[in-house]
Amino acid sequence: MEGKLPARVRWHYLAALLPAGLFALLGANLPATAGGQIWNWQVDWVAGLGATLGLRLDGLSMLFGLVITAVGTLVTVYSGAYIGGHRNTGRYQILLQSFMVAMLGLVLADNLILLFIFWELTTFTSFLLIGFEHDRTDARESARQALFVTGAGGLAMLAGFILIGQAAGSYSLTEVLTHGNRLTRDPRYPIILVLVLAGAFTKSAQFPFHFWLPNAMTAPTPISAFLHSATMVKAGIYLLARLHPVMSGPPAWTTTLTLFGAVTALTGAIMAFGQTDLKRILAYTTLMALGMLTLFLGGTHTAALVAAMTFFLVHALYKSALFLVVGILDHETGTRRLDAVRGLRRPMPWTAAAALAAALSMAGFPLFFGFVGKEIMYDGALSMDFLPGPVTVVAVAANTLMTAVAGILFVRPFLGRLDAAGTAIHEAPPPLFGGPLLLGGTGILFGIIPGWVSRWLIQPAVHAMGQDGSPVTLSLFHGLSLPLLLSIITLTVGVGCYLSRHTLARLVFQGTRVWPLPLESAYQGVLRGILGIGRWQTRWLQNGSLHRYLFVIIAAFVGLSTWALAAGGQWPAPGGIPELALREWLLVGLEAAAVVAVVMTRTRLVAISGLGVVGAGLALIFLIFGAPDVALTQLMVETLTVIIVAVILLRLPDLRSRECGDRPVRIADGLLALAAGTAVAVMLINATAAPLDRGVTAFYEQQSLVAAHGRNIVNVILVDFRALDTLGEITVVALAGLSAFALIRRERNGRGGPWER
Amino acid sequence: MGTLILKTATRLLTGLILVFSVYLLFRGHQSPGGGFAGALVAGTAFALFAISEGAQALRRAVRIDPRLLTVIGLLTALAAGMTAAIDAKPFLTGLWWGMGHGADAHAFIGTPVIFDIGVYLTVLGTILTLVLALEGD
Repeated sequence: MEGKLPARVRWHYLAALLPAGLFALLGANLPATAGGQIWNWQVDWVAGLGATLGLRLDGLSMLFGLVITAVGTLVTVYSGAYIGGHRNTGRYQILLQSFMVAMLGLVLADNLILLFIFWELTTFTSFLLIGFEHDRTDARESARQALFVTGAGGLAMLAGFILIGQAAGSYSLTEVLTHGNRLTRDPRYPIILVLVLAGAFTKSAQFPFHFWLPNAMTAPTPISAFLHSATMVKAGIYLLARLHPVMSGPPAWTTTLTLFGAVTALTGAIMAFGQTDLKRILAYTTLMALGMLTLFLGGTHTAALVAAMTFFLVHALYKSALFLVVGILDHETGTRRLDAVRGLRRPMPWTAAAALAAALSMAGFPLFFGFVGKEIMYDGALSMDFLPGPVTVVAVAANTLMTAVAGILFVRPFLGRLDAAGTAIHEAPPPLFGGPLLLGGTGILFGIIPGWVSRWLIQPAVHAMGQDGSPVTLSLFHGLSLPLLLSIITLTVGVGCYLSRHTLARLVFQGTRVWPLPLESAYQGVLRGILGIGRWQTRWLQNGSLHRYLFVIIAAFVGLSTWALAAGGQWPAPGGIPELALREWLLVGLEAAAVVAVVMTRTRLVAISGLGVVGAGLALIFLIFGAPDVALTQLMVETLTVIIVAVILLRLPDLRSRECGDRPVRIADGLLALAAGTAVAVMLINATAAPLDRGVTAFYEQQSLVAAHGRNIVNVILVDFRALDTLGEITVVALAGLSAFALIRRERNGRGGPWER
Repeated sequence: MGTLILKTATRLLTGLILVFSVYLLFRGHQSPGGGFAGALVAGTAFALFAISEGAQALRRAVRIDPRLLTVIGLLTALAAGMTAAIDAKPFLTGLWWGMGHGADAHAFIGTPVIFDIGVYLTVLGTILTLVLALEGD
């Protein structure tokens, strides 16, 4: 690969101004949020639904917002060099920036409905980004899988939000957060918990929904670095942290989060060993991190929350750096296989330095931010409410495996002897290695000044989660304590695991064969089932036969109206012969004669003309009873129907032909027609039997001229009083027309239309 | 179907019917008529024209794509509804200009009329779309 950039990719660096500007804007507010201030901004949106466009910036939002914009800036710059020559670079940048803004909106939203909308926007943009290489089948499938899993969880979460809104009386987070334990004492709490956790667990890839994340690695690598390590998968973590003050506490919360988090962390850490694709290794280690974060949010003590927030920052720094490094390897060597290249430290010194810094932070070596994070994690694990002992063991085990994986990630590609094929490999251009180097460097910097980090970033976030104002301090050396001992154990055993990595990998490989997790096949099974149902009902109901459609619609109408009549109607009492004027008798006779003609005729033209007569007769009835508007419309509709149908009829087979059904079909049709007619008649008689409520009519009669300057009530209702209905109706009319046009055109082009069957 | 009688009658009637349809559209607020009924009347005029002169002639006579007419109609109705925002009123609230009040009202233009024009164009566009598609070659 060449080291020089084409000129046309330079505009990508301009796009970085957006995240960089937002980062600066957030950074300028850092002193305020560190001082405990909450910045609020509200605009009414859909007031009737309690949805406001409300933003809120507190310590928690600040921590997430800074990570999103900082990593966003670096990833944007990186992408310019990474994806530069691709034909869809514009689309890529737009999606990337849209995602960034949506993610930022998610962590800043003050309204639960708004939060949900941003949540869905991240799902949607992530779908498009995972499937960016849309001409590849695996990319499309992974994108769809991520969309289905996180989308389903998102819908469950919306239901949970609505219940929260009902229980708390408001959708505003600011207000919900003031309610203390009102939510946990609400009888709906278990349902709310399940629904909200469904959203958070699917988004943050917790067991048993974790399978979509490794598959999402088909996304371009900078996207994986941004979405699948630092930001989007942390949305679920953010949600849990955001609702922690009002939802944590009950055993249901602590046990669920602890258990699911622990299982996810161990699954991720173990599975990472069985992989050979560098990106999949990183994906599984991300699962481990997400599991640990969920686990710590299951705690209620300050130590656990400090651990969660610190590890969030630690992980965001080293993991996005490692993803970007893997992207560089892929870009410069053309492969992501773990064992493909060796000794890259010589041709790629800067990349190697970045990888080393990130890997050491991941392994938790002293002086690195990861070391601080690890000590805090053990501190938090020991303070857990639910099974602190086993949780600590899980934390040590997962971290040990991470140390070994960090070793593999750096040692395998960068150390050793460069083989002959590797001599053609060059260092990546600065925009590529700059990002990971900066992220890795920040990991070192934060390890040196942990006090600053805790004062400005971690403490405000933990305080925003409703913890009392006790100060939070991170430091490199906590004194000789149990966490330090655990850290030393982790490093020692981790090195041991690294040395026996081949045995471990073989064990994992055999383990997954003996006991394969059937989750993904379960997902595939559900998907196949849904598609099967879809095909089945299409074959039965949507078979393209107009006759079948009409039969189903009319039968459903008869069934439903009979049901309604059985429930509340009454069979009309046989009255005497009604007293009608002569012209009314004539009309009735005309209608009856027309109907007989329609049923008896053998030619379609007579049939449609007969129907036209029936319609025109109806218009006359409207006219007699003083509804000229309805009569006019009825007459015009009838006229047009006759014209249009006549045009179609000329193309249809003769009524006597076999295609129109043999005897049993005709008998069934006739019976259905009789039933439908009877149902309508009975309903009409029932409807007219009840005294007419003239209240609404009186209102329109009174208000029509005064309020709407019109004497024709029908029209005033259509265009003024109930104009929204009319707008909906004309939209339907337009859509129906366009759909019919498309169908007719399709048939014209000889690709088979409904009439040909 | 282009018989001489039909062709001659169509020449005379199409224009008349169209004028009548516009008349129906604008009188709708006070007397029977309105955008929907007016558009149906106009639709019959064009259907008559298509039967007599053929779909190609109708397409030439209409000049613009009827689907575009549908969209313009929808947008007109939408814009009429949006106008209420000028007065900070809810969507689709009718605004009237140059009018009196109560019994001696002599309104001449209001957003409901524009809305009705939108209805007229949408319905007419749909009918024309169908007629042209079905009558087409």
